[in-house]
Amino acid sequence: MLQNKSFVRKTKKGGVLKVVNQHYLRDDIYSGSSLDPDCDAEAYKLSADAAHYLVIDTNLALHQMDFLEHPAVDDVVVPGTVLEECRKRNSAAYQRLRALCSSSARRFYVFSNEHHRETYIQAQPAESPNDRNDRAIRVATAWYMKRIPGKEVILLTADADNRRKAVAEGVRALSVQAYARLRTDCPELVDVGAVVMRGGQDDDETDMVIDGAASNGRQQQQPSDGPRQAKRRRIYDEHMPMSEVTAGIKAGRLHQGPIRMSRSSAFQAWVSSESAGEDIQVQGREAVNRALDGDIVAVRLLTPAEAAAASKAAARRPQKGGGADAHPEEASGDEDDGEPWEDSRVAEVTMDDVDEKEVTPGSERVMGRVVGIIRRNWRTRGYCGSLKDEEAGKRGRQQSRLFCPVERRFPLIRLVTRQAETLSGQRIVVVVDGWEADSLHPVGHYVRKLGTIGDKDTETEVLLIENDINTSPFTPGVHACVPPLPWSIQKSDWPGREDFRELPICSVDPPGCRDIDDALHVRPLPSGNFEVGVHIADVTHFLKPGTPMDEEAAARSTTTYLVQRRIDMLPKPLTEDICSLRGGVERLAFSVIWEMTPQADAVSVRFTKSVICSKAALSYAEAQARMDDERLHDEITVGLRRLNSMAKIMRARRFDQGALALASPEVKFEMDTETLDPLDVAVYQIREANQMVEEMMLLANVTVAEHILAAFPACSLLRSHATPAPKRFQPLVQAGVAAGFDIDFSSSKALAVSLDKAERPGDGYFNRLVRIMATRCMMQALYFSSGTCAPSEYHHYGLAAPLYTHFTSPIRRYADVVVHRLLAASLRITPLPESARDSQALQRSAGNMNMRHRNAQMAGRASAELHTLIFFKARAIVSEARVLRVRPTGIIVFVPQYGIEGQAKIPESMGEASLIFNEEKQAVLRPDGTIIFTIFDSVQIKATVEETQGHRRHLELTLVDKSRWNPSRQAHAAVRAVPAAQTAPAAQTAPARLAARTLAASVVKGAPAASLASVVLIVAVPPAATARHESRDI
Amino acid sequence: MEYVNPEGLRQDGRRPKELRQLGCELGVLAKAAGSATFEMGNTKVLAAVYGPHEASNRSAAASGATVHCDYAMAPFSTGERRKQGRTDRRSTEISAVIRNTLEQTIITELLPNSQIDIHVQVLQADGGTRCACINAALLALAEAGIPLRDMVAACAAGYLDETALLDLNYIEDSGGGPDISVALHPQFDRVVLLQMDNRLPLETFETVVELAIKGCKAVASYMRGQLLEHTRMLASARGFDKL
Repeated sequence: MLQNKSFVRKTKKGGVLKVVNQHYLRDDIYSGSSLDPDCDAEAYKLSADAAHYLVIDTNLALHQMDFLEHPAVDDVVVPGTVLEECRKRNSAAYQRLRALCSSSARRFYVFSNEHHRETYIQAQPAESPNDRNDRAIRVATAWYMKRIPGKEVILLTADADNRRKAVAEGVRALSVQAYARLRTDCPELVDVGAVVMRGGQDDDETDMVIDGAASNGRQQQQPSDGPRQAKRRRIYDEHMPMSEVTAGIKAGRLHQGPIRMSRSSAFQAWVSSESAGEDIQVQGREAVNRALDGDIVAVRLLTPAEAAAASKAAARRPQKGGGADAHPEEASGDEDDGEPWEDSRVAEVTMDDVDEKEVTPGSERVMGRVVGIIRRNWRTRGYCGSLKDEEAGKRGRQQSRLFCPVERRFPLIRLVTRQAETLSGQRIVVVVDGWEADSLHPVGHYVRKLGTIGDKDTETEVLLIENDINTSPFTPGVHACVPPLPWSIQKSDWPGREDFRELPICSVDPPGCRDIDDALHVRPLPSGNFEVGVHIADVTHFLKPGTPMDEEAAARSTTTYLVQRRIDMLPKPLTEDICSLRGGVERLAFSVIWEMTPQADAVSVRFTKSVICSKAALSYAEAQARMDDERLHDEITVGLRRLNSMAKIMRARRFDQGALALASPEVKFEMDTETLDPLDVAVYQIREANQMVEEMMLLANVTVAEHILAAFPACSLLRSHATPAPKRFQPLVQAGVAAGFDIDFSSSKALAVSLDKAERPGDGYFNRLVRIMATRCMMQALYFSSGTCAPSEYHHYGLAAPLYTHFTSPIRRYADVVVHRLLAASLRITPLPESARDSQALQRSAGNMNMRHRNAQMAGRASAELHTLIFFKARAIVSEARVLRVRPTGIIVFVPQYGIEGQAKIPESMGEASLIFNEEKQAVLRPDGTIIFTIFDSVQIKATVEETQGHRRHLELTLVDKSRWNPSRQAHAAVRAVPAAQTAPAAQTAPARLAARTLAASVVKGAPAASLASVVLIVAVPPAATARHESRDI
Repeated sequence: MEYVNPEGLRQDGRRPKELRQLGCELGVLAKAAGSATFEMGNTKVLAAVYGPHEASNRSAAASGATVHCDYAMAPFSTGERRKQGRTDRRSTEISAVIRNTLEQTIITELLPNSQIDIHVQVLQADGGTRCACINAALLALAEAGIPLRDMVAACAAGYLDETALLDLNYIEDSGGGPDISVALHPQFDRVVLLQMDNRLPLETFETVVELAIKGCKAVASYMRGQLLEHTRMLASARGFDKL
């Protein structure tokens, strides 16, 4: 049967166009239930044993995805009308709905009602498209009822009018809430239903409120209840309508860009907009105007007068207790959450933010105010956190509670829950549904709980979700792509491969490493030169483009290493066995073979697929021990020594060309094998063996980069490292001025030389500290497609290499997989898939790789941070630390032994309140001008674990007073001692004077120093048993 | 854009290997020696054949009839009204393609010193116009009683969403994927036209061409049926069926 769908469309030029499309109606579309005798067996999806079948409407798909994703909701019929509408209106929701429909674990059946002969309907005259679609869904429901008379079919819809019509047509229709209450087998469902915002089509909220209010007074806090609405005051400015925003941007009045929150506050943000040139600072709750981190917003710049007022307010805020600054609603007690702390959080500026964007009163920053939101980027996966402690209501009652996200860059979220009792003390996931102008907090709903707060596994889960790392097990489709174990090389694997089984190949990796993706060999040639080989696991032999496994690996992009856990990019059999170049077994490899002179000059290079048999899988320490043991003269050891000497030459040559030797404060945890709790933290030791492997891998990567770029100039995947902007070097230069060394950053070579010169006699760690600081100045290295930028931008600054890529770790990085395919195609081994030839598509996947790489790094650090907390929880340790930076609000210290860094709290006994933090000189002065300490000074630090609001735990670093002053006893003495101070040694009297003042000040101020309490651990890369080669990820 | 949804339906409700609805009418113009309209879905074309008549260029037609072909799109054939342009590159190219295909089909050596004029006009365009034109022209030639080696049937196929699709409509045609037009002599199983824009890996190319050839065969059997029907009708009009 044939129908023509015709509609009228306006063209760009303003003409009117009549579009006519054919629409075929079929009779081979089935109900998907085995109860239906006419249904094709292949279409069976709905269970015959289900209590009922559910049919959903579009609003449900758009707003109640968490409800639909709940495992208790099943046997759902998704009409084609819903999918189509959903696709047009919200592609994220569409993707999730599609994922549900295609999941084999769920019973969601897509019924293409629009193409079914019996369920297709035409719009009636004067019927709106929405009404027509609603009717189409009702007709589809009715069809199901007729087709499967023995089964109850329920239409779920949020639209009361629709429900009324359905009932009139004899269809049972329920709202999500009503259905959830019906499902007594799963009480949790009630919470999972999203709050539907006012202005939406839904009116279910009102009847929910009514039945709630009758029994429960707390219902008054329901964010959208009717009677109170009139009383509510607007807190935020209304957002401009989209048309006005577009016009404003066009006229240059408004600026558009993504908003980034400070790490420590949801109400202090920056918007980077191309039209404004530089970052626009948005300060304060009203100015941020309901934007969440990541939203694309429209910003109006403040006039100088407004800006001055705003920055004055910002400057005032840190000193405030909070009450005076609170919102009118809070002050009047209208809202139950007038926490001063939420606002005072603004003051807690942590190290990361400070780099370039400090809240400096009176600075000439461009200030702005959010006037409209162009695109919301609320996380569909939700926000982790916990319910804010508060007096619990009656059990089982619906309560309105505040949710405190783990990340401070997100605001508190209000949610309604019936299970407040069970959720307290738990980490939960919450999704934001909306944020009205008259609501202080955004409104959200509960999704799931993760576990007890503070539990290591729960907190690990939290950090994985926060960093968007996919930990779900691989799907059966992915596993189907993995060859069965035990696997060995077959005859069919051999064609096109060279036999390197007899070569003295060995691998050198961190101890306990199971995913070995690189191995090395060297052997003398008759000419006096050497043959050097780097052999990389041949992952692409198993990972074919377009397979489910390839898609999954591309989406994950990288293996994530946590302290105690590894989240693989590829299924375990491939990662640990089939691809891993373990010792003593034959494995497939992709080899790069050089002929080199003894001076490490490459004479020639070739690439080949091969079969190798590693003679030994060594750890760095074992390799080092072999090289150092002069009695050993076996083939492997001699080879290692040879490689080492060549690597040293290459390394020297590289540094000569301007490569930078940077340092990172890596630590490793020694774990209790049973509890998996950290027993000790130690600095990661770098041996010659590490450097040797690193050098050979760099060489392989550079060689491959040159080769693939020559073969595929437009679609090669490379890695670039941009030259940092001069202002990024500001902290380093400042430190240099204060500590007496010069930093010349005109080129990487100049920088390398000045880093080498930054020495302090008798202070072995000094140079390393400088290098750690230099690392902070660097930009992030990024993957990119060679076709998308000019060859001048291919440069890798840190390595001083014109070209660079990643080739050596295909088991744990997808970029390397792409490069392997490019290399294989350039050698005419396997043709390049069509999809890999598209430069734009490659750039998109490079973008994903960059993001996933960053996320994996952040998760690794967060995991190290978590383990540091666990380590310090049981201990109170005093340790030596170095001052890394002096900021106007405090000092940043670094503890080399544990790789931790953060703002140090200065005890009252040292007179925190009256100290002068001189940023220019990078020194902390007493009021009389004497220096207490300057940058790079050694101090004593006590580290303790403190819990702050929202059950976030922090490592608090406190300076240990060197003079061991006892303030209570000495204060009086000090006051008396002041007149005599002129003659007394300054070192003793000055602290005394300070202590006296501090005591006086603290009485007035009540709670000083609280704003300095936060500590952020910056870098602690976890190399332990699961981690690998982080230092090589240049 | 989603051209094939996971349920295996295309945007207009067809499955990947289904043709659109076909339609044709023979002898629509009284003045022409032969004429036909041909419809593939919403694509509708009109073909008129004049001749064979004396060739304007005798020397070129010495060994056999020359075929002239003229392709044009009606101003009203697309959503937006087209400007009348006879000599645009696309028309010239399609004219040449149609002429080339039909030259191989007509037994030209039987008609020396003569010329056959074929005019095809697109009345409504919805993708696949060149294939529809070839089909319409073939019907018109048959109606004109011009000697033919075989039927010729044309059909397009494409590749979108990693699926080979038969008989692309306008939306699918503008999807950016490859579009392969094939014309076939069904009895000889001989491909007389094969055109592709865009690139396609070799293996995929073969499956798409296979699909297009299957489409051609389906179109050919439809046309054969229609021609037989038409002939039967003519026969009964002249009372031959009573013999």
